[in-house]
Amino acid sequence: MPRTLLKLLLPALTGLVVLAVWQAVHEFLSEEMRFLLPSPGAVLQALVDHRATLWRATLNTTEGALLGFGLAVVVSVLLAVALSLSPLVRTSLYPYLMALQMTPLPVLAPICVIWVGAGLRSVALLTFVIAFFPLVVNTTQGLISTDRNLVELFRLYRARPWQRLFLLQVPAALPYFFTGLRIAATIAPIGAVVADMNAGSSAGDGGGLGFQAVIFASQARYPALFATAATTCLLGFVLNAAVLALAWLSLHHWHDSYERADR
Amino acid sequence: MSEPPLVEFRDVAKRFGDGPLVLEDISFSARPGDFLSLIGPSGCGKSTLLRLLAGLSPISGGSLIVDGVTPEDAAAEIAFVFQEPTLLPWLNVAHNVEVPQQLRGVPAAERTATRRRVLDLVRLADKAGAYPRQLSGGQKMRVSIARALALGPKILLLDEPFGALDEMTREHLNEELLAIRGHGAWTAFFVTHSVAEAVFLSNRILVMSAGPGRIHREIAVPLPYPRTGETRLSREYHDLVADVSRILRTVEAVPASLGRPVAPA
Repeated sequence: MPRTLLKLLLPALTGLVVLAVWQAVHEFLSEEMRFLLPSPGAVLQALVDHRATLWRATLNTTEGALLGFGLAVVVSVLLAVALSLSPLVRTSLYPYLMALQMTPLPVLAPICVIWVGAGLRSVALLTFVIAFFPLVVNTTQGLISTDRNLVELFRLYRARPWQRLFLLQVPAALPYFFTGLRIAATIAPIGAVVADMNAGSSAGDGGGLGFQAVIFASQARYPALFATAATTCLLGFVLNAAVLALAWLSLHHWHDSYERADR
Repeated sequence: MSEPPLVEFRDVAKRFGDGPLVLEDISFSARPGDFLSLIGPSGCGKSTLLRLLAGLSPISGGSLIVDGVTPEDAAAEIAFVFQEPTLLPWLNVAHNVEVPQQLRGVPAAERTATRRRVLDLVRLADKAGAYPRQLSGGQKMRVSIARALALGPKILLLDEPFGALDEMTREHLNEELLAIRGHGAWTAFFVTHSVAEAVFLSNRILVMSAGPGRIHREIAVPLPYPRTGETRLSREYHDLVADVSRILRTVEAVPASLGRPVAPA
């Protein structure tokens, strides 16, 4: 069997098994306990019933996630360049970057709300905080891990510092950057949703998926809650797929990690 | 009256920081067109000597004149072929070859012309669009040589460029290197562990001894150029390989280099 077909068929098969087990557990539960696990059909129905609400919430969350993610990319790359310049800079700043990452989002959320107000701006800011760390750490590591022989080559040809940075260090750091980007793309939608639960607002735009999840939970609309979870998950997949495609475009020509796919 | 030397080492010494002497009493000169091989036990400072010449590391004593000036000032006349091909993996062959000119700010049109010429020289014109990982070890090394020639250097420094290749490829590239040299009159300094390679390529061989690195003996190789695969079958060639091997063995038997690993340079 062709490899690609198998790659599609196997996960699909797993999905069917999971759905069957899910349905079976649902049937197994007594009538009054079935609310704990709505059937797949009920969740699908909720997805259809609430499509307008969920679509609007998805757009809001996506906007917040992308704003925060984009800001994280720009700031982390600039900061990584600064950090790569000297071990002293790294030693001075790393503990505080860590500290930012160590503070749980629900604790930061009210602070953000005080600063920039609830809603989109808080969601974007909190997403930025959570997506920023893996990006800056990986990119910095990439910028300082340039092959010594290549650095020597550039010294031999008396390359200027900016030539070394843009023609050597930056391309060499791309695989590291994309590792960070993939982690960031995984946690950014999660961050956006959690931020929305803690700092979201129904004012104006009607809130995002996190805000919606809180509402559905408070109204005991459990199938709709499951449908919201599924939507959140889908959003994460889409962002990840986009980053994977971007990584493939930039790296597949030359990087060893893509060698097998190429032959 | 004889031509002035292109490179002149006079009592050159080298140490790293407060460490022991790595090179001592290095005195020799090279004339334009020389193909000079440096051979000797590990740790004798052959590679360090090349790095001094390239201006990558300063001398600690004596004087070193390259093309009438210091190695640092002669940078534009010097190209280096490293042990590894040191190609940028994200650039294709054509762009890799253009890197030195790009760093010097040479305009694109001129770069293209040079790239075509040097890739033709190493017979890799058809690989211009390939990425390094698609090339064999020998092909990568040829790209590395093409890149070194892109700036039209007067002096080419080669640090065991074929050491990692198999015997067949190595012999083949030795012949190719001499053929390429026929097109441009650069002076070569070639570090190697292979006596056969040194004899085949050079007109002069410097045998070095370790701890600290000194020049033990200079051997002239009177075999006429152009040299081809046939040269390796000649009587004179074999006698020279035997002579150099014998001299090298006396150097390698120096007790200082035995028993314990030599400190890395």
